[in-house]
Amino acid sequence: MEYTLYILLLPFLSFLVLGLAGMKFSHKTAGIVGTLSLAAVTVLSYVTAFEYFTADRVNGVFATVVPYNITWLPLGSLHFDMGIMLDPISVMMLIVISTVSLMVHIYSFGYMHGERGFQRYYAYLSLFTMSMLGLVVATNIFQMYLFWELVGVSSYLLIGFYYTTAPAIAASKKAFIVTRFADMFFLVGILIYGYYCKSFGFDFNAEGFAQGAFMLPTALVLMFIGGAGKSAMFPLHIWLPDAMEGPTPVSALIHAATMVVAGVYQIARLFPLWIQYAPEAMSIVVWVGVFTAFYAAAVACAQSDIKRVLAFSTISQIAFMMVALGVCLPGHHGEVIDNHASLGYMASMFHLFTHAMFKACLFLGAGCIIHAVHSNEMSAMGGLRKYMPVTHITFLCSCLAISGIPPFSGFFSKDEIITACFAYSPVVGWIMTGIAAMTAFYMFRLYYGIFWGTENKELHAHHTPHEAPLTMTLPLIFLTLVTLTCGWAVNFGSFVSASGEDYPIHLDTQIAVTSTVIAICSIALATYIFKGERQPVAEKMKAAAPSLHRWAYKRFYMDEVYQFVTHRIIFKRISTPIAWFDRHIIDGFFDFLAWGTHRLSLAVRGLQNGSVQTYAYIFLLGVLALLLILTF
Amino acid sequence: MIHLEYILVISAVMMFAGVFGFLTRRSTLGVLLSIELMLNSTDINFAVFNKMLYPAGHEGYFFALFSIAISAAESAIAIAIMINIYRHLKNISVRDIEKMKW
Amino acid sequence: MNFLSLFVFIPLVMLLGLWLARGIKGVRAVMVAGSTALLALSVWLTYTFLCDRAAGADAEMLYTASFSWFEPLHIEYSVGVDGISVAMLLLSAIIVFTGTFASWQLKPLTKEYFLWFTLLSLGVFGFFISVDMFAMFMFYEVALIPMYLLIGVWGSGRKEYAAMKLTLMLMGGSAFLMCGIFGIFYGAGGATMNILDIAHHTGGAHPIAVEQQMLWFPLTFIGFGVLGALFPFHTWSPDGHASAPTAVSMLHAGVLMKLGGYGCFRIAMFLMPQAANELGWIFLILTGISVVYGAFSACVQTDLKYINAYSSVSHCGLVLFAILMMNTTACTGAVLQMLSHGLMTALFFALIGMIYGRTHTRDIRELSGLMRIMPFLAVCYVIAGLANLGLPGLSGFIAEMTIFVGSFQNADTFHRVLTIAACTSIVITAVYILRLVGKILYGTCQNEHHKQLTDATWDERFAVICLIAAVAGLGMAPLWVSHLIEGGVAPIIESIGHAASNSNPFM
Repeated sequence: MEYTLYILLLPFLSFLVLGLAGMKFSHKTAGIVGTLSLAAVTVLSYVTAFEYFTADRVNGVFATVVPYNITWLPLGSLHFDMGIMLDPISVMMLIVISTVSLMVHIYSFGYMHGERGFQRYYAYLSLFTMSMLGLVVATNIFQMYLFWELVGVSSYLLIGFYYTTAPAIAASKKAFIVTRFADMFFLVGILIYGYYCKSFGFDFNAEGFAQGAFMLPTALVLMFIGGAGKSAMFPLHIWLPDAMEGPTPVSALIHAATMVVAGVYQIARLFPLWIQYAPEAMSIVVWVGVFTAFYAAAVACAQSDIKRVLAFSTISQIAFMMVALGVCLPGHHGEVIDNHASLGYMASMFHLFTHAMFKACLFLGAGCIIHAVHSNEMSAMGGLRKYMPVTHITFLCSCLAISGIPPFSGFFSKDEIITACFAYSPVVGWIMTGIAAMTAFYMFRLYYGIFWGTENKELHAHHTPHEAPLTMTLPLIFLTLVTLTCGWAVNFGSFVSASGEDYPIHLDTQIAVTSTVIAICSIALATYIFKGERQPVAEKMKAAAPSLHRWAYKRFYMDEVYQFVTHRIIFKRISTPIAWFDRHIIDGFFDFLAWGTHRLSLAVRGLQNGSVQTYAYIFLLGVLALLLILTF
Repeated sequence: MIHLEYILVISAVMMFAGVFGFLTRRSTLGVLLSIELMLNSTDINFAVFNKMLYPAGHEGYFFALFSIAISAAESAIAIAIMINIYRHLKNISVRDIEKMKW
Repeated sequence: MNFLSLFVFIPLVMLLGLWLARGIKGVRAVMVAGSTALLALSVWLTYTFLCDRAAGADAEMLYTASFSWFEPLHIEYSVGVDGISVAMLLLSAIIVFTGTFASWQLKPLTKEYFLWFTLLSLGVFGFFISVDMFAMFMFYEVALIPMYLLIGVWGSGRKEYAAMKLTLMLMGGSAFLMCGIFGIFYGAGGATMNILDIAHHTGGAHPIAVEQQMLWFPLTFIGFGVLGALFPFHTWSPDGHASAPTAVSMLHAGVLMKLGGYGCFRIAMFLMPQAANELGWIFLILTGISVVYGAFSACVQTDLKYINAYSSVSHCGLVLFAILMMNTTACTGAVLQMLSHGLMTALFFALIGMIYGRTHTRDIRELSGLMRIMPFLAVCYVIAGLANLGLPGLSGFIAEMTIFVGSFQNADTFHRVLTIAACTSIVITAVYILRLVGKILYGTCQNEHHKQLTDATWDERFAVICLIAAVAGLGMAPLWVSHLIEGGVAPIIESIGHAASNSNPFM
């Protein structure tokens, strides 16, 4: 499968072309160059997937294919390779990334129409796509880290796309620094892993593993911190809501569908190690995930900026995937990885896939709405269903999917996750069911807030909202169709499963019915509260617990805590004193040396008064003294 | 026959006269004269030691001759310097040319 | 005449040419011709060196030649190169070449400026080709002295103070260094100044007694360490860089600071392996402090050049840090870091110089929104910043990763804990770089005067593009450079390793 190289090369080339010569192109040409190269990548990814999944299974699993692997940088006994590795999850990710990215490329034609820096935008998109594809096909943990950093930078560049506005600058900086902070742990994890296991590779049968196994839990947890940064787990989640300052299609691509799931992907990639060497440490993943899912869902219930709601919902959903990975258990019958005990693995990947589609659809829909009303705030919306029918329907479908209503894809994947949670512990299972209910509630709060509810007639009369152009609605329709079908039409378990063997998905009726009923109940509740023109219940709830609402609205003041740590502690208490110390103590010491030398020379220069006769006197006295000494 | 001691006494007197002059004269010219006095006293010593102690050799005479030649050159340079100083300062007092130390 | 001597000879011819040159055109012609010749020579040298190595020339140093210079002290003019010096020569040639273009518009006393500039590069090239300790030391001094005039005459701000401070501190280092070098010379039997002979106990040299090594090692290491911005001897760097003219900052941070690392490795560690093993930990702590401390200091500076100078302290600290890890990978990483830091810091200083030349301020509080006003310079500045914080695909990443992986391969916990501590610098680097980029490039320009400014001229573009190409080239295809360097590092590490069978308190 040598052609897989072009999956990475094409976006890279289009990045180079658009980045270096972009200003020479018209907007249209630049967009077409970027989109065409991405279309070619998408076709190649589909061909790869087709060829990969239609190949025969070896011992019941799809063989891992490594078409390329070269030593990029030798590091003593270790080496840093670059290559392409195809296995079920990386091929699945190729599909997700190329599809969503293509949709975003097409959508951006309409959304970014006439924006200054259009060419630059497409260049960044190409760079991001290349890095993300490189990340998922990595053959070793170091290559993954390399592309991990690259996606971080492209995310930084894209969030800061509107670089003249202060919030965008702050947000891009924050995103980069927070993820960089997490990446430091990732790097240390890699170092420990490389040192004890004598390899960076993903072939976990190397001999080094047995002797390095005692440090593996530490290394894996450190890497998980890196993943938690990228995937916005509490308390490293603070960058993601701010990242919404970037153009909306970027939020759809990077901060909903692809980059933010890199942490989940990383754990899935290292899953054999987790389950074999660090099953206890997986409870960390579970509880971080559970708390994040709850926290983000709670905050999402109170936000008024629609992109913020979607951002918190993304955090919450990624936490679902994390929890799903964490609740996997080692097999009972000798085999380390057992498909049934490790159901969560499949569920997590499945949810990653479906979530990417419907969340991208939600974000792109939000983009259409923002495009129509020129505001992110829900107060500027309301009653939009009559103006934007296509957006309305697609948005509704995606909301139903994320709430877990059959037959939308989200229902199937979320159901598998909850089943896996119940198998792990009923407590986790019930908590996650509760959070799923919250999801349905805040998503429909959002939905009613935008399309029903109190219409901002004043604003709409001034500027009538209109449906988005075809380039923007087509991706919405496509993604909705995927969301509608991929849950029941495809058996995800036959492509991706923990052990790699075919795993037929079967619904646990009891759990499926329970969670559907709960989801419908919370949708009904949301309908009751938010659908009407007047919303007395919502007002009453706000009034009943004002401080709770304010805390949730302010995201429980996590940003302020960070602000305090960075500005008050790092800048004020560490950097400034160090800089002072350097200028005044260390530099002062050397200046003191110079000053001292100067004073000393002033003190002794009286001897050198320039009068020859004085010198002669001293000379004579010296001679006499010598004479005396020599004589006696 | 004149004894060695007589000549040494003369040269010692010349030497210390030179030293005294060197230390006390105000005028640079006087200082130069004192230096000449000291040099001449050593020249005498060279010659007389050669004559009295090593009559077979000539090194002392040669040295004395060298020294005379050098002192001649030196006084030429010194006087040239003094003339220059005088042109600048209108004065050749030792006390007034201290400024060269800076 | 060995062809390596061309590296000294071409600058000599350039000096002559500059002296004879009439008018600014003539000066520029000589500089361009000379620096191009040097660049071509170093590229050719790299190519020939790789070919010869591939063809099986496995001597430690290639193209060696030796002429007696001062017989009584056994001082010789001996030249020879290994992988490390080839890499450093290439770096120096690139910086001199781009430095010429970066000072294209320099106004008063152009000819004199370039005379000193060429003399400085003569010293640098001579240093890297020498294998005789004394010749090395002499070239080192040749490289230092012009700096005083270049900063004192053509600098900005408190230039006299800065020039004096820089020169005096580096001269202080030289004093230590000279003691160290003569200590080594006499300690090894006083028969030869040749580094290879002393290291391998040939040519009349015998092993240096360990008690003597314990004395000369700190002297030599600190002597070179001052130039390599070793904590706490780094304070010349911010003041000196801030006052120096553009091309001088480039050459100084880009190449001259590398003399320190190179000397520490080639003389201090190579010739006194036992002492290096015994005392390494002290310096390791100092360099570890440099790495983190420099990065924290850079966070709160307000002058562009101060930020970059402190960042250099941090990055050069990483060079010495890696050298002291004493294994092949880390030391390869150290040389890679020298290359990478040399290129990107030169790029940074070039860009700062260009921005300063337009806005006449380097205070980040007075600058904003430059992206709209001078897009080319601003984009290049972002690239330089990203290289500095270790973006994959640019040179910083491979150097840092090689260092971290190499350092972490150390068997004892002390070294590994320090490595983790040093890793924190990558986060802090991101903080100050992004703060800077956000403040001066992004946003909207408030200053009416700044809105009239123009983007880069062709010569500036040329210099900057060359440097970016080198940074990206090194970052994307590190294999051959790493290979080149490793060949030079391995024998040195081997001889240090032989001596390591002793009592490092932490081993």
